[in-house]
Amino acid sequence: MELNGAEILIHFLKDEGVEYVFGYPGGAVLFIYDELYKQDDVKHILVRHEQGATHAADGYARSTGKPGVVLVTSGPGATNAVTGIATAYMDSIPMVIITGQVHTWAIGSDAFQEVDAVGITRPCVKHNFLVKDVKDLAATLKKAFYVATTGRPGPVVVDIPKDITVDKTDYTYPDSVDMRSYNPVVKGNARQIRRAVDILLGAKRPMIYTGGGVVLSDGSKELVDFTRHMGFPITQTLMGLGSYPSTDRQFVGMLGMHGTYEANMAMHHCDALIAIGARFDDRVVGKIEHFCPDAKIIHIDIDPASISKSVKVDVPIVGSVPVVLDEMMELIKQSDSKPDLEALGDWWTQIDEWRGMDCLRYDKDSKLIKPQAVLEALWNITNGDAFVTSDVGQHQMWAAQFYKFDKPRRWINSGGLGTMGFGLPAAMGAQLAHPDDTVCCVTGEASIQMCIQELSTCKQFDLPIKIINLNNRYMGMVRQWQEFFYEKRYSHSYLEALPDFVKLAESYGHVGIRIENPADIEGALKEAMSLKDRLVFLDFITDQTENVYPMIAQGKGHHEMHLSSERELA
Amino acid sequence: MQHIISILIENESGALSRVAGLFSARGYNIESLTVAPTEDSSLSRMTLVTTGSDEIIEQITKQLNKLVDVVKLMDLTEGAHIEREMMLIKVRASDATMREEIKRLVDIFRGRIIDVTDVAYTIELTGTGEKNDAFIEALNEGSIVETVRSGVSGIARGSRSLHI
Repeated sequence: MELNGAEILIHFLKDEGVEYVFGYPGGAVLFIYDELYKQDDVKHILVRHEQGATHAADGYARSTGKPGVVLVTSGPGATNAVTGIATAYMDSIPMVIITGQVHTWAIGSDAFQEVDAVGITRPCVKHNFLVKDVKDLAATLKKAFYVATTGRPGPVVVDIPKDITVDKTDYTYPDSVDMRSYNPVVKGNARQIRRAVDILLGAKRPMIYTGGGVVLSDGSKELVDFTRHMGFPITQTLMGLGSYPSTDRQFVGMLGMHGTYEANMAMHHCDALIAIGARFDDRVVGKIEHFCPDAKIIHIDIDPASISKSVKVDVPIVGSVPVVLDEMMELIKQSDSKPDLEALGDWWTQIDEWRGMDCLRYDKDSKLIKPQAVLEALWNITNGDAFVTSDVGQHQMWAAQFYKFDKPRRWINSGGLGTMGFGLPAAMGAQLAHPDDTVCCVTGEASIQMCIQELSTCKQFDLPIKIINLNNRYMGMVRQWQEFFYEKRYSHSYLEALPDFVKLAESYGHVGIRIENPADIEGALKEAMSLKDRLVFLDFITDQTENVYPMIAQGKGHHEMHLSSERELA
Repeated sequence: MQHIISILIENESGALSRVAGLFSARGYNIESLTVAPTEDSSLSRMTLVTTGSDEIIEQITKQLNKLVDVVKLMDLTEGAHIEREMMLIKVRASDATMREEIKRLVDIFRGRIIDVTDVAYTIELTGTGEKNDAFIEALNEGSIVETVRSGVSGIARGSRSLHI
């Protein structure tokens, strides 16, 4: 059937199974919006700023595994979306971003609201396309979804000039896609897998270190099977949390800069390390020269470029995490050798000794609200089963440390790019995808103000998100670094003239509660959860001086941790 | 060490900027880069000359392979290969002695004089980058008016080849 470009786009999204499009209209996409108006299959969520659209689509994608879809206009619509696109790129989140563009005949003429969207987004997308002929539109969209969701996922931009949305051509949904230049590997190399198994079965102090790749590839079940079967200790990165149950004994906590003492010490002393879907980020590795000095390192990753990028590994395995872990388990079960249980027993004794340091201890008798206490209470009251998004800073680290995620896709945060303003819109995407679940946004008074306008979107679409604002009147993580490394010169990290968040929430039509006393934490959280249909903004006035511990200073090794200001290690 | 990387890439607008952008974004060094369509007009072939440690070259080839438009690539320096660069060089040649001297030099380097005027010769010279460097050095300093170099093109020897 012959359709115009705008009709093709909407038909395609429907045929592709797209449920929600997060967007904001403008001149270049008016024909597309006109088509959206005429149908009900694809639901449009109108945000208040294009950054919100990208983060919301991102939160939808992270919480479901399905690609998030964004629709924005040309020029400022596209540039406002860039932060969200880069956020998704750094964390390998599947998204398709449709940007309007000026008419093809006007491209390059500095037309009104013209920007080179393909050029601007090129360094922060997995791939991008400019559609120059309506005949290519459907096939290009198919390619965009295919590239975004396969291999190492990532955002893909499709730039559509306005005249393409008017031009007509025959439309049939392209079922398949053929790209000779793009063939992601799935199965691992059998010889390398065999070598890995030999190393693991011969290890005396083994360690499993996993990242976001396990979540992205839905490899949680295979990871749990593997870890339980081997009896090895497991640590996870900020992005990996939830893909192995955090309440399990074998889990030794997050690793890295604000990881647990036991996780980092186990990393430092292990003799065999298997890295699964993790990319040896600088916040995880610390000083490369001190990284796992005694270990043979195995690395499973779908992206060959992630392997030996920073840390040189001994056994590289390119492939999809669940597929490779299955292959590995087959070999392990067939093998005559078994893990060295005696050595493993000694290793666990050592790890439990490190665990005994109780590195996440904090003052539970404080008269001021400790942020850690809020997160512990949140975990209790939500039975550890909420979707938790966060912004970036101290609250993000505390959420990662104190909310013990037992399921994948429940912990949603900007790990790679570290984008303040991510939390609230990401929570919108998660809540839309999971209307019956509890979705909490853990944030701080600085981060929340970066996308505060989305409170209006939440009202329009009745999204009953619970906002946990850990309000310490500082950009906490900046203040912490200034305290430690800049001799307490708190340069521009103090927020004067904060709004009254309770009134602010109320003015957007939501419920606001201020909590100033530790005794009220639980009651307030319970009240918020009982208001099932309402967004509740909980403004916790917390201890301004609290720092995130433990900590490895930048450029130090895993064995050089600070436990707290009172508890320095020898 | 210097590496010559040959790349088959989809002949689409923006393909070159993806490669160039990758190098600038990741701080890799490009010494020269040549691009033109192949006998299959849907494909372009690039020859890229870069330098770096083995680790960096490994990352460069992995990152290039990761570009969705890149179909295939080969590090020519890993095997026997031939490299050629074409150079056009205009030199001052206003009197008989100068002309004779330049003519002799061009013959030695197996170049050709392709344009002659009262004041200048334009010489075409093809060879490895080093040969072209040597020719420039052999010329009298100050006699060069302008130099245009195509950048290196390369191909593997024998049956080793880069095609789809």
